[in-house]
Amino acid sequence: MLKDQDRIFLNLYGQDDWRLAGARRRGIWDNTKDLLARGREAIIDEVKKSDLRGRGGAGFPTGLKWSFMPKQSDGRPAYLVVNADESEPGTCKDREIMRFDPHILLEGCLVAGFAMGAVATYIYIRGEFYNEAVHLQAAIDEAYDAGLIGKNACDSGFDHDIYLHRGAGAYICGEESALIESLEGKKGMPRLKPPFPAAVGLYGCPTTVNNVESIAVTPTILRRGAGWFAALGRPKNTGTKLFCISGHVNKPCTVEEEMGIPLKELLERHCGGVRGGWDNLLAVIPGGSSVPVIPKSICDDVLMDFDSLRAVQSGLGTAAVIVMDKSTDIVEAISRLSHFYMHESCGQCTPCREGTGWMYRMMQRMVRGEAEVSEIDLLLDVSKQVEGHTICALGDAAAWPIQGLFRHFRPDVERRIRAYRDRQAGVTKAAE
Amino acid sequence: MSGGDNKDVLQPANFAFTPENRAEADRIIAKYPTDRQASAVLPLLYLAQRQVGWVPRAAMDHVAEILDMAPIRVYEVATFYTMFHLEPVGKYHLQVCRTTPCWLRGADQMTETCKKKLGIGLKEVTKDGLFSLIEVECLGACANAPVVQINDDFYEDLDPKRLEWILDELAAGRVPPFGSQSGRKGAEPAGGPTTLKEIARPTGAPAE
Repeated sequence: MLKDQDRIFLNLYGQDDWRLAGARRRGIWDNTKDLLARGREAIIDEVKKSDLRGRGGAGFPTGLKWSFMPKQSDGRPAYLVVNADESEPGTCKDREIMRFDPHILLEGCLVAGFAMGAVATYIYIRGEFYNEAVHLQAAIDEAYDAGLIGKNACDSGFDHDIYLHRGAGAYICGEESALIESLEGKKGMPRLKPPFPAAVGLYGCPTTVNNVESIAVTPTILRRGAGWFAALGRPKNTGTKLFCISGHVNKPCTVEEEMGIPLKELLERHCGGVRGGWDNLLAVIPGGSSVPVIPKSICDDVLMDFDSLRAVQSGLGTAAVIVMDKSTDIVEAISRLSHFYMHESCGQCTPCREGTGWMYRMMQRMVRGEAEVSEIDLLLDVSKQVEGHTICALGDAAAWPIQGLFRHFRPDVERRIRAYRDRQAGVTKAAE
Repeated sequence: MSGGDNKDVLQPANFAFTPENRAEADRIIAKYPTDRQASAVLPLLYLAQRQVGWVPRAAMDHVAEILDMAPIRVYEVATFYTMFHLEPVGKYHLQVCRTTPCWLRGADQMTETCKKKLGIGLKEVTKDGLFSLIEVECLGACANAPVVQINDDFYEDLDPKRLEWILDELAAGRVPPFGSQSGRKGAEPAGGPTTLKEIARPTGAPAE
């Protein structure tokens, strides 16, 4: 198990004061000026060496992303945008950072903003997180008053503003280019790439969009060294990670653990185990709603990191672990996710706009068993036509849970279809 | 709540921000670069919603005027984002999270409890105007499921009995404290954290 001295989020459960005084006690804002004095290149190099991969779901190397920002400004300002639009079903980790440790995020914004030469950070928080936004805004005000951000931030000679921007209920705004559109005051519809945000982002200026957790861990990486971070976990899957575990465990929770922790250990050590015991486990969605479900046989020994989960045709995603025991109607569980994607499709691309609704309606037929067995292949075929044929990844995200369901639970669905037919036949026979 | 085309909604003839809200609007607009004031459209619509309880057409027009936007651009935004109510809702707007993590922990029971207790269906308002009920997609508090958002606040770790009690309290004019309803402070495991024990924990820490 990760040792307490290797944890980054020391106030994850709000035991301590979330305000500036508490944050300082935990080492946040401790000589931040020295971190900045290392210079832009050195900071980016250190983050690269740590092998930190983005915590928002895609797992793209954070240091590399920062290095795409122009070294010399062509006159346009550059921006850091923090993606706090946490909406992937199962995911509730950034919320804990923002409500109980907002200063750790703000210090990260300053350090990352400095490394990429940004004039300002916009933190885009999902609108439903009202109380989290209240804490974050209070922390921003404290940081301005203490001279930690704004003009000559931390007495470094570097100017950096941080603004909080609230969304208004749209999952799609977690997609970086949709988020930028929304921040500009438009509907959250993803942009075609290229150009990528590092070239043309917010207001047409160079922009980097990072997840809350990715930004929040960087000051600690700089203080303790890339070597420390990289020594945790496995190669290319380094560091600590916030895992949020929901569903059928005895004690759902969010916990910081080492990357690569076995799934079984994660659930048994921190969550009181699966409801009814490990043998009562049916399946787990290991990384938020977009990643394919894995059955118990895989859960028995899979490790929780990007590459281990990819190897079993799933993914770490946001490390949101949704646990389902044997009482679960797995078809309905996945169908609910299909409903989610139908509701959240922005409507821009036809395959997604039409496909998500069609797939949901088909999934409802599967739930009732009111379908032909051959329709399973039709559904999978259509899911393949949605996947990869849209501007953003929402279409893919809608397709993958369905594909994962039939990869592992197809016989169960077929049984349900046959049972429905038998019932219908019985009814007809009785009527004769 | 959607329903922008609902002809039954009585649209007020005009809308203007109160002086306090107008000052707040100016503070919001100042967050964005010059000529980028359209960025303030979401927060200003939200501000209008706080003032009226919903977002009438006249409020959209007022926001468009302040931000120098074509009204259609504001209508587009107001109808795209689900947090804007385009028709009046109850004084207490109940939003039951229906997505899988909450569903696994009893979301359906939460909806049923509200329906039974209040005698309304989804997307309906009680006759006294006190409560309205909808189901929403993932609220992002999955480790504290099931969750019901009431106006701006999350009520977490619910069971039907506790939810009924909350509805009783609200009906009696008392607003119960939001957050976990099972005694958790945040998203630590029930009964106390399994981690952060070696770190000095100040007062107010959950009991082990």
